[in-house]
Amino acid sequence: MASIITRVKQKHITQLIEKEKRLDGRDLTDYREMKIEQGIIERAEGSARVLLGKTEVVVGTKIEMGEPFPDTPNEGVLTVNAELTPIASPAFEAGPPDEVSIELARIVDRGIRESKAIDTGKLVIEQGKKVFVAFVDIYVLNHDGNLIDASALAAMSALLNTKMSNYEVKEGEIKIKPGYEPLPIKKHPITVTMAKIGNRLVVDPTFEEEQVMDARISFAIDEDHNICAIQKGGSGYFEPNQVLEAAKMAKEKAKELRKKLNW
Amino acid sequence: MNDKPEKLIDKKGLRLDGRKADELRPVKLEVGVIPNADGSAYIEHGKNKILAAVYGPREVHPKHLALQDRTVIKCRYHMAPFSVQERKSPAPSRREIELSKVIRESLEPAVFMEYYPRTMVDVFIEVLQADGGTRCASITAAALALADSGIPMRDLVVACAAGKVEDTIALDLMDTEDKLGSADVPVALMPNLNAVTLLQMDGILSHEEFETAVNMALEGCKKIYTMQKEALKTKYVNVSEEIKEEAEE
Repeated sequence: MASIITRVKQKHITQLIEKEKRLDGRDLTDYREMKIEQGIIERAEGSARVLLGKTEVVVGTKIEMGEPFPDTPNEGVLTVNAELTPIASPAFEAGPPDEVSIELARIVDRGIRESKAIDTGKLVIEQGKKVFVAFVDIYVLNHDGNLIDASALAAMSALLNTKMSNYEVKEGEIKIKPGYEPLPIKKHPITVTMAKIGNRLVVDPTFEEEQVMDARISFAIDEDHNICAIQKGGSGYFEPNQVLEAAKMAKEKAKELRKKLNW
Repeated sequence: MNDKPEKLIDKKGLRLDGRKADELRPVKLEVGVIPNADGSAYIEHGKNKILAAVYGPREVHPKHLALQDRTVIKCRYHMAPFSVQERKSPAPSRREIELSKVIRESLEPAVFMEYYPRTMVDVFIEVLQADGGTRCASITAAALALADSGIPMRDLVVACAAGKVEDTIALDLMDTEDKLGSADVPVALMPNLNAVTLLQMDGILSHEEFETAVNMALEGCKKIYTMQKEALKTKYVNVSEEIKEEAEE
């Protein structure tokens, strides 16, 4: 993606961060203001809109019946997809998902999957034959950096808001009954992303900071403070002790967010 | 069909293939295996068999991707349909697209990209047989192929994974251990610059376990790095001997 920020500004951002300051006045470890709304799309089984500063992401979930994967006959299926809509940034173009959106979807997917956030065992209708499939569709509406954390947060919020229909199996036939049940959620992973700018780690980078960063690193952390997924991105590098420092910082930030979110 | 073994680690602490927890699988490296490529390498890492070839610097295609101040590295990680148990469709999967991206980003820090503005370097990786840890073996081979092509580099890049098998942190998981184990942490390293250029993880690890796994993977990287250097030298020793023989004739 082409950088759309002047060299003067790039230099300014880097110099500020060297002095542990940021353009928007935040500390290096501060998140931007966070806003979460759930249930904003009535047609979807679950939905959420997350604002992280000016970054805006909507996630809608759909629950459908389908077949389980042959190697996990006793588990429901999770499918995560991300759309970087051309609405969201001059850098986005319409078309099939590119590597950026595929990576984004797979990072969010891994956070939810590896932490075992959804109790997929409870999504089985008929072992090996019929299960519920949870589709999580991430829609980026405005890109001002850190799409990973905003999308992960929106995806979990939407899943927590997701209802599935009641059903019963009578003589081998599936009948939908009135009423709904919440999607069974076991864990609440929180994803924390840091950018490496100069030799410092910066939490929740803005779009402009992402243009300056060498690399980024994301950690998904569950409520037991375990790490369940990591992804390094960008064409720079981290020193090994920086990786461990980032892991520690992610743990602290996740704890803080968890308190705020009441997860 | 895959038989699920009952225990991944026996009473003596040995793994399915008889390795200790911190032991690598046998690694074989060869440089300069594709005559048409500008640089190439072949790796056998356990049962993984992977080819990497580099073409370039060459004209950028499509043209609008060209950068005025540096070269563009393109990377394609691809698995052969016959490389896994069930035939894999040859069309690139979402996994392959993501891996192509992270592998490219693991190699870029090592290349002096600003030496070749308005050009493109293609890195092609073909997995002929997969047995867990293909992204790491691919990086090890691709870095050798880049070096073989003669593009100036700051360092080689070498990769290795560590993970959690039952309750043990173990080095270099093979496929069965990866599938049945509880975590996998692939790491790529530029050994002389002490720089981590790829880090991913899936599974569940505590912070202490994560630290152990990263350190174990880094140690594994350093061991493979010795073999990597040796493989690169071997090619040029062979070339110089060929020249000598020709001169004597």
